[in-house]
Amino acid sequence: MSIPILSIRGVTKRFTLAQGLFRSPATLNAVNGIDLDIAEGEIVGIVGESGCGKSTLGRIVTGLMRLSEGAVRFRGQDITAIERRELARLVQPIFQDPYSSLNPRRSIAATVAEPLEIHGIGDRSERMDKAVAMLDRVGLPSRFASNVPSQLSGGQRQRVAIARALILNPQLIVCDEPTSALDVSVQSQILNLLMELRRDFRLTYLFISHNLAVVEHIADRVGVMYLGRMVEVAPSANLFAKPQHPYTRALLHSVLSPEPGAGVPDIGLKGGFPDPTNPPSGCVFHPRCPIAVHECAKRDPALMPANGGVAACHLIDPDFLEAPARVA
Amino acid sequence: MTSAFLSPSASSAGAFINKVLSHRGLTLGLILLGIIVFMAVFAPLLVPHDPYDQDLARRMLPPFWNPRANPAHLLGTDNLGRDYLSRMIYGARISLLIGFSVMVISGLVGTGLGLLAGYFGGRVDLFITFIVTTRLAIPVVLVALAVVAFIGNSLLIVILVLGLLKWDRIAVVMRAATQQVRSLDYVAAAEAAGASVPRIILREVLPNVFPQLVVVATVEAASAILLEAALSFLGLGVQPPLPSWGLMISEAKTMMFFAFWTIALPGSMLALLVFAINLVGDGLRDLIVPKGRG
Repeated sequence: MSIPILSIRGVTKRFTLAQGLFRSPATLNAVNGIDLDIAEGEIVGIVGESGCGKSTLGRIVTGLMRLSEGAVRFRGQDITAIERRELARLVQPIFQDPYSSLNPRRSIAATVAEPLEIHGIGDRSERMDKAVAMLDRVGLPSRFASNVPSQLSGGQRQRVAIARALILNPQLIVCDEPTSALDVSVQSQILNLLMELRRDFRLTYLFISHNLAVVEHIADRVGVMYLGRMVEVAPSANLFAKPQHPYTRALLHSVLSPEPGAGVPDIGLKGGFPDPTNPPSGCVFHPRCPIAVHECAKRDPALMPANGGVAACHLIDPDFLEAPARVA
Repeated sequence: MTSAFLSPSASSAGAFINKVLSHRGLTLGLILLGIIVFMAVFAPLLVPHDPYDQDLARRMLPPFWNPRANPAHLLGTDNLGRDYLSRMIYGARISLLIGFSVMVISGLVGTGLGLLAGYFGGRVDLFITFIVTTRLAIPVVLVALAVVAFIGNSLLIVILVLGLLKWDRIAVVMRAATQQVRSLDYVAAAEAAGASVPRIILREVLPNVFPQLVVVATVEAASAILLEAALSFLGLGVQPPLPSWGLMISEAKTMMFFAFWTIALPGSMLALLVFAINLVGDGLRDLIVPKGRG
């Protein structure tokens, strides 16, 4: 890997939750010490269940949320040191819900032209021409230009959101569940559009999703998050063929089968998602882990090389396994 | 700008007028309000008599339905012999002026505070919420009483007192509406595009809380009109001999058991005006909220 376009180092986002007048506030580490590099032109998928912090990570990278600790560097430059309008030309988001990501009172051409206006690019008619051209590029004919979002379908709205993200010609796109709110038939159209645009605009994607099939289809590398931590990162093919972390395995088992009558798959996990304000000791996954040993409750495993990537589990650590006394 | 606000999906003013006409409540409200505004604007041309002219020989004449009525005074006269119809017509001016000015002043203060509190949250929100709570603890009538005692009362004073005291509801509604819009992704998208905070507030948030503002501002205008009437009734509002509907009720209260119309007529006008304003507010809200999801 050459110099990564984006380098995330030890990123932590802490929220303080007031719990009422007479109780001390709780802290919640939504994102906890994440390391991740993204190479130019790469598509990195981030998966994990709701509340694991994947969207928070996306918001930090986009500059929409300040991090508490660590650093995010864009081509070596700390993004907190980059002026906001400058950052906007480098990183743009695409949001999950195209019903709330478009201002309902603005025509779609005006929505797409808005970033140009903010950056003072061109005059009004030039901006409109560019916006209409970009809309055309994402598959919305110019006759839609003066429509408002409520006259468009979900897929069409997401195309508008994509056009708006691309109009400033950014290099990195943070897609936060860009297809989750769409009909299945439309999802593949949007994914194919994103792939096409990556080629034509030479984009890099950070692709956040809970949909494993989508991530497997689109991503070069996949990171798996659990309770604010990255538990496994590996090339997509390796991860899906041979998951290393027990949580990744459970996640892959959770995919619903289209078989009628197959029912909900048994993922073999104990208990529910832990209270993030009071995370378990040691490995945060150990209370639910089907293969947890005594040591897991005591010591937090570090990420270690495995399967062409990294994973954080004591049970893949050869040193750990060689000391049988520890395996209770 | 206004037409873009009011007709997000309609392509022309004609389509918007059609939408207005197909909304019965709004149409009725606009007709009633239109009549009262017309009365107020053209009062000098409409009145049969000078509303300040006293004629003690013709005091307490009954309205036209009474056999003792004088055809020169359709709605009778008050206890100083002033023509009641003329005073009613001029009274529309006071009520509309108060309603409109108070709405503008309190609208500006309340919208400003509400937008800031809702957008920034945190300490700004705590501070503004504290101001709102403080304001809610101050009784309007007592403040009006104090101001009148210190400065004396005039129309301008009434407008200022009401305008600077009645922004609380607007601030609360705008704060809640702003909080809601602020969390939506199009605000985040504007932030990510590098938009400045004033730009986001004015271009992304304000247009989308405008429907709520219209409704609460019309309610506020209606309540200011009623409050002016109440203050005038108590002698804290506009000064005699100005023909205010509230003052007319006040002046007539000693005769209410002998000449009920002296109270019923200005009272019904007040009720009608408030009713019309509320109809218009509700109707406008229905029209300017974009249809469908989002």
